[in-house]
Amino acid sequence: MALAARVLSPFRQTTGFARWILLAGIVLVTGFVILAVFAPWIAPFDFAQTRYADGTRFPKGAPPGGDFLMGTTSFGSYDVFSRVVWGSRTALQVVIISVVLSLLIGAPLGVISGFLGGALDRVLVLVMDALYAFPSLLLAIVFAFLLSDLFGGGVAAAGVALTVIYIPQYFRVVRNTTVSAREATYVEAARAMGAPKRTIITRYLFGNVVQSVPVIGTLNAADAIGTLAALGFLGIGIQPGEAAEWGYDLQRALADAGAGIWWTGVFPGLAIVLLVTGLTLVGEGLNETVNPTLRRRKLRPFTLPPRGAVAFEAGKGQVDL
Amino acid sequence: MTIEETGPSPANTSSDLVLSVRDLRVWYGTERGAVRAVDGVSFDLRKGEILGLVGESGCGKSTLGRGLLGLLPTGAAIDGELSFLGEDLLAMPKKEMFAKRGVELGMIFQEPLTRLNPLMRISEHFSETLRQHEKGISKEEIERRSLEVLSVMGIPPTRFRSYPHEFSGGMRQRLMIALALVLRPAFVVADEPTTALDVLVEAQIIRILHDLRRDFETSLLLITHNLGIIAEACDRVAVMYAGEIVEIGDARDVFRDPQHPYTRELLRSTISLSTTGLNFIPGAPPDLVDPPPACRFHPRCPDAMNICATRHPVQRQMPSGSRAECWAADLRHGYADDLTDEDTRPLAREEISIADEA
Amino acid sequence: MAASGGSLARYTALRLLLIIPMVFILSTIVFLLLRVAPGDPVSATVGGRLSEAALDERRAALGLDRPLIVQYLEYLGDVATLNFGQTITDNRPIIDIVQEHGGATLTLAVAAFVVALVLGIPLGLIAGRHRDTPGDLGIRVFGIITYAAPVFYWGLLFQLFFAGYLGWFPVGGSASPVTIFEVPDVTHILLLDAIIAGNTEAITDVLMHLVLPALTLGLLLSGIFIRLVRVNVLQSLKGDYIEAARARGIRETQVMRSHAFRNALVPVITVIGLQIALLLSGAILTEATFNWPGIGNELVQYINNRDYAAVQGIITMFAVVVVVVSILIDIINAVIDPRVRY
Repeated sequence: MALAARVLSPFRQTTGFARWILLAGIVLVTGFVILAVFAPWIAPFDFAQTRYADGTRFPKGAPPGGDFLMGTTSFGSYDVFSRVVWGSRTALQVVIISVVLSLLIGAPLGVISGFLGGALDRVLVLVMDALYAFPSLLLAIVFAFLLSDLFGGGVAAAGVALTVIYIPQYFRVVRNTTVSAREATYVEAARAMGAPKRTIITRYLFGNVVQSVPVIGTLNAADAIGTLAALGFLGIGIQPGEAAEWGYDLQRALADAGAGIWWTGVFPGLAIVLLVTGLTLVGEGLNETVNPTLRRRKLRPFTLPPRGAVAFEAGKGQVDL
Repeated sequence: MTIEETGPSPANTSSDLVLSVRDLRVWYGTERGAVRAVDGVSFDLRKGEILGLVGESGCGKSTLGRGLLGLLPTGAAIDGELSFLGEDLLAMPKKEMFAKRGVELGMIFQEPLTRLNPLMRISEHFSETLRQHEKGISKEEIERRSLEVLSVMGIPPTRFRSYPHEFSGGMRQRLMIALALVLRPAFVVADEPTTALDVLVEAQIIRILHDLRRDFETSLLLITHNLGIIAEACDRVAVMYAGEIVEIGDARDVFRDPQHPYTRELLRSTISLSTTGLNFIPGAPPDLVDPPPACRFHPRCPDAMNICATRHPVQRQMPSGSRAECWAADLRHGYADDLTDEDTRPLAREEISIADEA
Repeated sequence: MAASGGSLARYTALRLLLIIPMVFILSTIVFLLLRVAPGDPVSATVGGRLSEAALDERRAALGLDRPLIVQYLEYLGDVATLNFGQTITDNRPIIDIVQEHGGATLTLAVAAFVVALVLGIPLGLIAGRHRDTPGDLGIRVFGIITYAAPVFYWGLLFQLFFAGYLGWFPVGGSASPVTIFEVPDVTHILLLDAIIAGNTEAITDVLMHLVLPALTLGLLLSGIFIRLVRVNVLQSLKGDYIEAARARGIRETQVMRSHAFRNALVPVITVIGLQIALLLSGAILTEATFNWPGIGNELVQYINNRDYAAVQGIITMFAVVVVVVSILIDIINAVIDPRVRY
C-alpha cells in the first residue's frame, strides 16, 4: 500500500490541467477497451459479414441509418459500424503485442548493455540510434513485407512487425538509467554496505525505470495504432480476410470520396483519431504527473491582513526612542 | 543614527535620502499557505551609502531585495510604503514602476553564469538596455557609454563583441555590474554578488562595489550572509531574521557592541584565524508560513524570557548607536520599565534536540 | 578564447564521418531482412508470369545466384556509389525512379514544411507565452489532434470537403493532363518547369493541385512543431537571464521577443530539421492518398506488386537521405549556436 501511496502522491499534487487530460485520456481509452473486449456483443454483425442471417445481401454503399448505424461500404457491402467495433479489437491486440514485445526485448538489452559497457555497449548504442533515427513507417514496411510472407497477414504478424520500431526507446531509457545508476553515489553506498549487484539492479534501477516506462509505453501505443493503420492503408497490414482494420477501410474509402460517400472513411478515421488522442492524453498526463519538473504546484491564495492585526504582534512596528 | 528612521515617512525632509521604506511586507503563496518572507521592514538609505543586509538563508533578504525592484514571483503580494526619491513606488501604476528599472533602479544577481543570454553578444546586451530607455540613441553613443563603464570594471574593449560563455566567472560578474550601471541608476541592489565566486575574485568585486559611490554616486543595498564583506564594504548594516530587521545601525557600532542576541550569535559563529572552538546557533531558521509568535527568535535565543513569547518587542534606539527590537536589550539598558517579574523570567523550553535541526 | 573556425571544422568533420557507420547499419538491416524471407525475390514477384528460363535470367541479372556474402558486399559497394539496384517487375534502375519522381516529392515536402512552419511556430510561441490559459490548452489540443489523425485521414477529409463538396480544388494528381502535356520537362520538377516555360495557366494549375496535399502533410507536421516550440519557450522562460533582463527594465514584449522566443527557437531549428523522418513517412502516405506522382507513390505500387528489389532499393535510398540530412542539421546547429562546438 505504501507503494501505491508513493505512486499516487505526485498525482495528487497536480494542478487541474494534468489531471483533466489524464482523465479524458483514460475515459477514451477505456471506451475502446470496452468495444474491443465486448465486440461480439456490441457489433451487430461480423466484420466480414455481407448478408443477413436469412441470406439477403446488405445494401451497397448505404448511408447511415436503419440497421446500419454508420452505413455500409461500397466495396463488398460491409457494415461500417461493425467494422469499427471489430477494428478496436484488432488495434488493441496488435498494440499490446507490439508494446509488450518491444519492452521485453529492449529493456533487458538496455540493462546488459549499460551494465557491461565496453565495445558491446557502444555497438548496441550505435545500432539503436540508427534504428531510432530511421523513419518508423519505413522500418515497419520492411518488417511487414518480410513477415507477411512468413506468417501471413494476421494480428500476430502485424504485432511483431511493429515491435522493432519501439525497441530503441526502451533500450535507451533503461541503458541510460543503468549507466547513471552504476555511477550514482547511492549505488556506491549500497555496495559499500555489501549489497549484492543483483539487489542494486532490481531495487534502484527498477524504481527509476518504472517511472518512465508507462509514459513511453502509452505514447508508443499511440504511435503503433497510427503505424498499423498506415500499413493497412498501404495494403501490407492486416489482410481483410483476417480481421477488420481501420487503415484498410480508409484506403478503400478513398475511391468513395469523389462520389460523395463520406461515411465509409469518416467513421473508421474518427475511431483512429479518438483512440490515438486518448492514448496520447494518457501519456502526456502521466508525463506531467510523473515528471517533477513539469509539475505545477497549486498555490493557495491568501490576502495580506492590515498592519497590526494579529494580537501577539502588538508592539510590532511600534517604534520608540 | 538619523532621526528620519523613526516614525512615519519623511516628506522629503532630507535632500539626499534615496530610499525610504516603512512596514514593507512581501508575502507569496505556496501550497501550504502564504510565506511571510518580508514581514514589516523599515529602513532609510541615503545617497552614496552602502547598506549591508545580512542573515541566514531563508530569512527573506533576497525577497526584500527583489521586492524593492518589483521582481516578485506570481502569487506574491507587496504592501507598505516604498518611497524612492520622494515617489511612492507601490502607489504608482506597475508599468511606471517597471520603467524605472535599469535607469533608476538596478540589480546585480548572484549567479553571473546564467544571468546573461548565452546567444547574445555583450554588445547586444548593452545596446538592448540602452535602447530601451533612450529611444533613438545612436550606435556610436551606445558603444561609447558601454565601453566607458566596462573600462571602469576592468574589461578591455576588445572583448566587447564576445559571448558570455567566453568569460570567467569573475569577469561575468563585472559585466553584470557594468550592465546594471550603464544608465547610472541611483539605487542598486546587489543580491549575494560574490557567493558563487571564489575568494580572490570576491575581493576584487567587493572593491568594485565599494568604489561605486565614488565613481557613480550609487546607493547600494548589499545582501549577503558573509559578515566579512559587511565589515569591509558597508557603512551601515541591517540584520534580518525571519522576515524582520532585528537590528540596524552603523557597521562599526553593530560589530563592536551588538544589541540583539541574534547579531551576537552571528558574530560569534564567524570563523576567523583566531577561532579555537566552533560556535553555532542551535535550531533551524523558522518556517515563514507559520513563524513563531511574538519575537521570532525566541525559540533559539539564549536570553529568551517569558515576555518574548507573548509580546513582540518594540524597536528602540540603543546607547551603542544602533537600533534593535529585543526585550533583553531593553532590560539591560533600563528601557522597558513596565515588565513584570513574570515577564522577565527566563523562558522554559524543551531542549532543542539534534533531530529538530534535520 | 574567441570561437575559432578550427573547432567548427573539426565538429563538421566528425559529424560527416558518422554518416558511414549509420548508413552501413541501416543498409545491412534492410538487406538482411529482405533476404531472410524464404524463396527468392524474383519468384516471389514475377513467379507465375515468366518462364523458368526468363526467371533464371532475372536472377542472374540481380546476382541472386551468387553466395549471400558476395551479394552483401556488392550491395554495400553499390550503396556507397549510390547505385540502389533496379526493380524486378519492370527492370527500372532505382536511380531513374528517383530522378523522375524525386522532384514531385521534393515539391510536396517543401510546400508542406512551409505550411507547418507558418502554422506551427506562431501557435507554439503563443501557447508557451500564455501557459495554462484557455488559448494554450486549445492550441495544445489542436496539436494533439493533428498528430493523432493519420495523414491519410486528413487527406480524405480535405478531399471530401474541399474537393468533393466545395469543388475548390482537384481531388488528386499533381496537374491536369493538359498541363503535363504542354509543359516541357526540364528539371523534373513540374512547378519549376511551368515557371520556366512562363505558362501562367500551367503554374496556376500546378499550384491548385498542390494546395490540398501540402495542407494535409503540413498539418501533420505543424502538430509536432507546436509542441516542440511550446516546450522550448517554457524552458527558455525559466532561464535566469529572463529575470535579469526584466531587472534592467526591458519591456515584456521585448523580453519575449529577444530572449524567450529567440532562445527557444534555436534548439527548435535542430529538432524541426530532424523531423525529416516524419516528413518522409508522411509524404509517402500523402502521395498515396492524392495520387501524387512522387517517389512515395512509386514505392506503394512496388509494395503492392511485392517487388523486393524495388522496395529494398528505395528504402535504402531513403535511409541514406535521412542520415545525411540529420547530420547536415547537426552541422547547421553548430553554426547557429556558438556553444555547441565546444
